[in-house]
Amino acid sequence: MVFLSNLVNGISLGSIYAIIALGYTMVYGIAKMLNFAHGDVIMVGAYLIFCATQYWGIPVLPALLIAMISCTLLGMTIEKLAYSPLRKATSLAVLITAIGVSYLLQNLAQLIWTPNPKIFPQLIPVDSIKLFNGQLVIKGVTLVTIVINVIIMIVLTIFISRTKLGKAMRCVSEDRGAAELMGISVNRTISLTFAIGSALAAIAGLLLCSSYPKLVPTTGSVPGIKAFTAAVFGGIGSIPGAMLGGVLLGIIEILGIAYISTELSDAIVFAVLIIVLLVRPSGLLGKAAREKV
Amino acid sequence: MRTKKSRFITNTVTYAVLIAIFILFTIMINHKTMPRTLKGQLVPICAWIVMAVSLNLVVGISGELSLGHAGFMSIGAFTGIIISGWLLNGFQMENGSLRLVIAIVGAGLVSGIAGALIGIPVLRLRGDYLAIVTLAFGEIIKNLINCLYVAVEGKGLNVGFLNNNVAGTMLLNGPMGAVKVKTISTFTAGFLLVMFTLIIVLNLTNSRSGRAIMAARDNRIAAEATGINITKYKMIAFVTGAFLAGMAGALYGLNMAKLGPTKFSFNESINVLVFVVLGGIGSIPGSIVSAVALTILPEELRFLQENRMLAYAVLLIVVMLLVNNPLMKSLWGRLNPFKKRHKEQEEVIRT
Repeated sequence: MVFLSNLVNGISLGSIYAIIALGYTMVYGIAKMLNFAHGDVIMVGAYLIFCATQYWGIPVLPALLIAMISCTLLGMTIEKLAYSPLRKATSLAVLITAIGVSYLLQNLAQLIWTPNPKIFPQLIPVDSIKLFNGQLVIKGVTLVTIVINVIIMIVLTIFISRTKLGKAMRCVSEDRGAAELMGISVNRTISLTFAIGSALAAIAGLLLCSSYPKLVPTTGSVPGIKAFTAAVFGGIGSIPGAMLGGVLLGIIEILGIAYISTELSDAIVFAVLIIVLLVRPSGLLGKAAREKV
Repeated sequence: MRTKKSRFITNTVTYAVLIAIFILFTIMINHKTMPRTLKGQLVPICAWIVMAVSLNLVVGISGELSLGHAGFMSIGAFTGIIISGWLLNGFQMENGSLRLVIAIVGAGLVSGIAGALIGIPVLRLRGDYLAIVTLAFGEIIKNLINCLYVAVEGKGLNVGFLNNNVAGTMLLNGPMGAVKVKTISTFTAGFLLVMFTLIIVLNLTNSRSGRAIMAARDNRIAAEATGINITKYKMIAFVTGAFLAGMAGALYGLNMAKLGPTKFSFNESINVLVFVVLGGIGSIPGSIVSAVALTILPEELRFLQENRMLAYAVLLIVVMLLVNNPLMKSLWGRLNPFKKRHKEQEEVIRT
């Protein structure tokens, strides 16, 4: 029973990682850049939800909607101002700019909301459920997180595989030049990707802070790195890969804490990542790039 | 292609400027005209220069993006602290300079060995996957040192892992890190370390091995076809980088009375990478200048108070955008006579 409960918690944490990892992996697949500021968009989303519900007295669902819209705008603005002028620059230059954006968001948050931690309230009004005569208790938040993750996965898969915009995204990720020749606006597609990723980040912010209620300006950075790891784990650029990688990483982390050691949980997560990459150098579901001579 | 002569001139100028600055600063320290804030930063600046130059060897010369360079600095710092404390408490070695030299060399060796062990799996990967694995190793190193307890008892060392029950004088105390470290780093030692690093890196890049490393970076397949053992040369660059970073770590660690393992996090790796990229990838003098400038800058921005990191972030983004702006690039090309000639040569080759 303890194992089962740990497993459920792991899947829940993994679901949060998966939602964040989607943002990383989609941007990587389409713009070929590591967007290190993604974790901080999550933090901004969480703060917005906190302010909306606590200070302005807005119920949680409209607050989430506000946060999603603001994060979408934020993501698109960042892309327009900081990343799109660097479309032709080296990937390292873009990486450093992304890090600059990440610092900027963290410091802005520190100015606006002060560095003092805010305790995120319990916003998801779902009761715990008890199974097996009360031997297995699953928290409402845990359940909601998993359900939301499944919904996002289904909607996103349909969007990518069935709609015209999704098709355009796949085209740009495969061959940007050819996509442009087919009349696809690459800039708009990249913008759309950032918009979707950032909207998901707002959801991730709500779920993350509902499970781990301490909210500070650096809240997003560690889950951000973990989710990035998850994206690579599953094969960066692959959407099902991000899902699988995120969930597996969450399970490994929780089981590692439960059965091996709390202090070593991060080391275990990263060690598993290294082993997986050594066996499958492009991640679990990543396509192996064939070398052309 | 840079000619042998121009490279020689650049290297000589780099050495000469550094020596001149060192002499100037020493005189200023002796005459007590050095500003206090700058004086306290001299040793860290030296350590960051070594870090930037050694990371430039890995990222710029060898072309492998490493996001875990602070991990090697961490290994070096704590090894250095342990060696120094061991010599002092176990062998009553009172001579600080001798202890510093032994600690720095020992830290470099341990970090170099760690670099070799990590390099074997890491260098099998490519591109972003390689970057993420170096990040992972950096985090693992941080996490492991967080669980490590080392104490000196008599002439021996007692080591505990996840177990703080070790007898003797504590040198390394798990998540608390090293406390009450005898600070023995000096500016002279830092300067000598910088010179040592420069000699190693510049000579390596101008050698047969260095050319092989750069060939492997520019075109892996062509280099392999000419008989260059890619793994071997990438390994040389990676291990040398780790060795130097370990030495920088020891210098840095022995300058602090207190040092926690979380100091060398992913953020520090990124900071060093910022030095390298802003200074110009592959340019050693550039790395030195940007390491110095960016270490002093946050201190100089202190008048902005809590806005200073904000200003730093904005500056970073603006500089990156300007440097990579095509308009600015062409303007710079016109102003810089060296670049222009370089471009003409390229066109000649192309036609």
